[in-house]
Amino acid sequence: MSIEKNQVKKVAKLSRISLDENKVESLSKDLNSIINFVEQLNKLDTKDTKPLSSVIDKTLEPRNDKVNDGKIKDEILKNSPDKNEDFFIVPKVIE
Amino acid sequence: MSDLNKSTLLEIINLIKLKKISSLEITNHFIKNIEKSKNLNCFITTCFEKTIKSAKDFDAKKDFSGLLSGVPLAVKDLFCTKNTKTTAGSKILSNFIPTYESTVTDNLWSEGAILLGKLNCDEFAMGSSNETSFFGNTINPVGKNLVPGGSSGGSASALAANLTPATIGTDTGGSIRQPASFTGTVGLKPTYGLCSRWGIVAFASSLDQAGPMTKNVEDCALLLEAMSGYDEKDSTSINKKKENYSKNLNPKINGLKIGIPKEYRVENMPKEIDGLWKKGIDILKNSGAKIIDISLPHTKYALPTYYIVAPAEASSNLARYDGIKFGYRSIKGKNLIEMYENTRGEGFGDEVKRRVLIGTYVLSSGYYDAYYLKAQKVRRLIKNDFDKCFKGVDAILTPSTPSSAFKIGEKSNDPISMYLNDIFTVPVNLAGIPAISIPAGHDSKGYPLGLQLISKALDEQKILNLAFAMEKSIDFKQSFNRWWE
Amino acid sequence: MDKEKFDYYIKTEKNNWEVVIGLEVHAQVISASKLFSGSSTKFGAKPNTQVSLVDSAFPGMLPVVNQYCIEQAIKTGLGLNAKINLLSIFDRKNYFYADLPAGYQISQYKNPIVGEGEVTLDMPYGSKKVRIERLHLEQDAGKSIHDMSPDNTFVDLNRSGVALMEIVSKPDLRSPSEVNTYVKKLRTIMRYLGTCDGNMQEGSLRADVNVSVRKKGEKKFGTRCEIKNVNSIKFMEMAIDTEAKRQVELLESGKNIEQETRLFDTKKNETRSMRSKEEAHDYRYFPDPDLLPLEIEHSYIEKLKKNLPELPDQKKKRFIKKFKLTPYEANVLVSEADTSKYFEEVIKDADIKLAKNWIIVELFAVLNKKNLDIKDSPVSPKNLSSLINAISSGEISGKIAKKVFEMMVESGDEPSKIIKEKGLKQQSDPKELEKIVLKVLESNSDKVSQYKSGKEKLYGFFIGEIMKASSGKANPKLVNDILKEKLKNDQKS
Ligand SMILES: [Mg+2]
Ligand SMILES: [Zn+2]
Repeated sequence: MSIEKNQVKKVAKLSRISLDENKVESLSKDLNSIINFVEQLNKLDTKDTKPLSSVIDKTLEPRNDKVNDGKIKDEILKNSPDKNEDFFIVPKVIE
Repeated sequence: MSDLNKSTLLEIINLIKLKKISSLEITNHFIKNIEKSKNLNCFITTCFEKTIKSAKDFDAKKDFSGLLSGVPLAVKDLFCTKNTKTTAGSKILSNFIPTYESTVTDNLWSEGAILLGKLNCDEFAMGSSNETSFFGNTINPVGKNLVPGGSSGGSASALAANLTPATIGTDTGGSIRQPASFTGTVGLKPTYGLCSRWGIVAFASSLDQAGPMTKNVEDCALLLEAMSGYDEKDSTSINKKKENYSKNLNPKINGLKIGIPKEYRVENMPKEIDGLWKKGIDILKNSGAKIIDISLPHTKYALPTYYIVAPAEASSNLARYDGIKFGYRSIKGKNLIEMYENTRGEGFGDEVKRRVLIGTYVLSSGYYDAYYLKAQKVRRLIKNDFDKCFKGVDAILTPSTPSSAFKIGEKSNDPISMYLNDIFTVPVNLAGIPAISIPAGHDSKGYPLGLQLISKALDEQKILNLAFAMEKSIDFKQSFNRWWE
Repeated sequence: MDKEKFDYYIKTEKNNWEVVIGLEVHAQVISASKLFSGSSTKFGAKPNTQVSLVDSAFPGMLPVVNQYCIEQAIKTGLGLNAKINLLSIFDRKNYFYADLPAGYQISQYKNPIVGEGEVTLDMPYGSKKVRIERLHLEQDAGKSIHDMSPDNTFVDLNRSGVALMEIVSKPDLRSPSEVNTYVKKLRTIMRYLGTCDGNMQEGSLRADVNVSVRKKGEKKFGTRCEIKNVNSIKFMEMAIDTEAKRQVELLESGKNIEQETRLFDTKKNETRSMRSKEEAHDYRYFPDPDLLPLEIEHSYIEKLKKNLPELPDQKKKRFIKKFKLTPYEANVLVSEADTSKYFEEVIKDADIKLAKNWIIVELFAVLNKKNLDIKDSPVSPKNLSSLINAISSGEISGKIAKKVFEMMVESGDEPSKIIKEKGLKQQSDPKELEKIVLKVLESNSDKVSQYKSGKEKLYGFFIGEIMKASSGKANPKLVNDILKEKLKNDQKS
């Protein structure tokens, strides 16, 4: 399998990353070599193998339903590039 | 006090405890070293005023109850530190000042340590040479043009150059062990879940693990003891009693069975590495350990598996860097979508972009089964390999890296050759088990090389003991003078 | 009843079109704190005051799941007669939006906590089963406010991370009124269970509505469109009707339906495409590596099952059997847990027949007019019960009772106090009543003669005059007896 240039652009769009037009070529090359590299896995038969998503022998430990966080509006907004006293501010969303 | 540059963490702690030296004096010593070593570019952020104040506070209180009483420590800039800038080596976080402290660093401070500064690293820990940092590459004190390895390259260099008595890094695919090997230092990646991930900038959640980087094994045991522990804020943290690794450190390794995996004998491996590996085997044999040939048949699939799993998780973990809540925001763009694209396009470096794009691709509709699901299945096969082997052996001995430190720029144009650096370290992360790299000797160029000891989950004490025994026989010495000062 | 009569079709000159509807209901879980963090879920707080570092996805923040939300989801699953999955997995649903701080929503995709279930609807044409496909837990997003500035959108993350249950039905619904009944039924069940307050004004219950049409008798489903995030039952009904008509029009003019996401514009009563958003959607679901698989013990489910309250369907059955209510009356009385509680409280020691009528007719009228919930009723169950007993015992007449009831509504007082203070007690002393009757007959002697000469219609006039003279308090039965007697006596004499 190989990734075409326009597919790179599509994935970039999905990742919300702008790409310099002059970098698309070399990026496609890199991505293709990585994809070729990982395709070694196709040599393995994994028909009967269950996927592994956690390495530890443990299940989820829930917490109690207690309110012990929040009320830190200033802390939450402090690092924001654009905000007012109460809100994060972003460029207009066009629907 | 020139011999302070040879002192280990434990020796410094003892000097402080015996009141032979104050926290302020030792702090000033390291600050002086740091100031003379700017050429190495180890630090992204220093906060000396705060450091000095903390040292003075310590000296005023003289509370010696902590494991790390009064010791200044620099940490990788992936750990969030309250009120001190935390960048993860990225432009996108270049102005981020956390209002919170990571659990692991918090553990260090509550044992009496003091923050000395934030160490350079590959951007979002994605790299094996420290060259992907937005703040420029770090130089390995071993040689002028050498990379320190990565991603905890700043940590390894700072430790080797004596800019901090010990440090901590994170290891997702070898990011502690490979730079330790490249700089002649000790680095341990703990069992997944032994150290809390809370407050550490995430790269790949199922693989990331913080660990100690030190000058010797004793320091490593002590620092691991200080930083590890259950944290209810991390659902993947293991709930078990804290171990006393340093007190239980014991070089008697009589009768332990050590596996030597044939799959780690790779093509084109330098002779010196093979030689060191043999030397390591002999040392273990002479110490009474039993050497057993083993097989980890899926080893060669570890790296391709890693380069699906890690980018996939990263592509999702890095979605939060969108210019809204914190960090860099591009001023270009008329609407929200353009703002996102420009912020992330300008804020991320090339390697991060590559991995986010690969990660997005392998998760996207139509490719998920072929790549991501496949990788999760192979990951199980790799873990099964280890599980099977650990029924017959106590630990596994391998080289840490397939080569010694390489030159700056040597591999930066070829992602795959860069990725191959982690060929011996990555399987351990995929299996969630612990491994330690210790300096084992030098190659013909005089560059350090490391050996890696691997055990089953939560058997850190065993590999520390083995490393402790080997360290005594190897008697590794750094070969450089302080040429950069 | 004739089922056909209630069926809903889009009728055109050429065809009868059947409308097929499936619902994805988002129900906010009742819990004090969020699904993965300790911030409060209270409605109406100042912007960004109920936000933690986890809810705003700061670097290094990790989710820890809320036990109570899991319990609430399981209880709801049991209430929907659904299978509870002993193993479920939290996944990440990846997309960028201003009010989604992490760039992904934690949801459940391939392995939801609750599997297939079933809900029974009481339709005028009989009962109808709607199959549930699944119920999963997920996080709510924050709120984007677009109308505070011309160039910017403001973001409030108070809702970010609040637990939602997404309840997905199979495409079993066939009309707006079935959707109406279905949503109300879900709401009733969840209110009984205490798992969702169903408050649509506060956004606690919203739905994505999937609509397709097919010719009557056709087996294959048509292409569906999903109308996103409709937040009232009335709007759901309107949206379905409009969307179905739009699809029929397209199909009849030979065009195709495109599978897409649409928005319902409540002002224009039309749906429109959200294609701009659709295009880029590829959610890249994968198991959240920050969370481990969720395992539920069988014994835990059994324990929850045992402690489940009586649900509306069971209660309805019991009411019909035990209290001899009609299905309609039973439905009305069980539709809200609080109503059924009120009813059972009243009938503890009052006549059932009177009680149900008073609640369904008089009390509901008052609550409706005053826009009150039954638990805030000015007439307590105990007071209504006393009022009914006053009627049963003959202390007051039904007519006076209505007056007393009105005063109870205004003052909240007990009926005995009002009856006493206002002197409304029924006049039942035969001697006193006889005096009144005689007085009325005396002062209307002309009418008496007319009556006697055969104008029997005047009987009602005498009753009216007697009641007036007693200020309505005279016991009507006794008055009747005495009057008849007196008129007869007169005849004799
Ligand atoms: Mg939906
Ligand atoms: Zn949903």
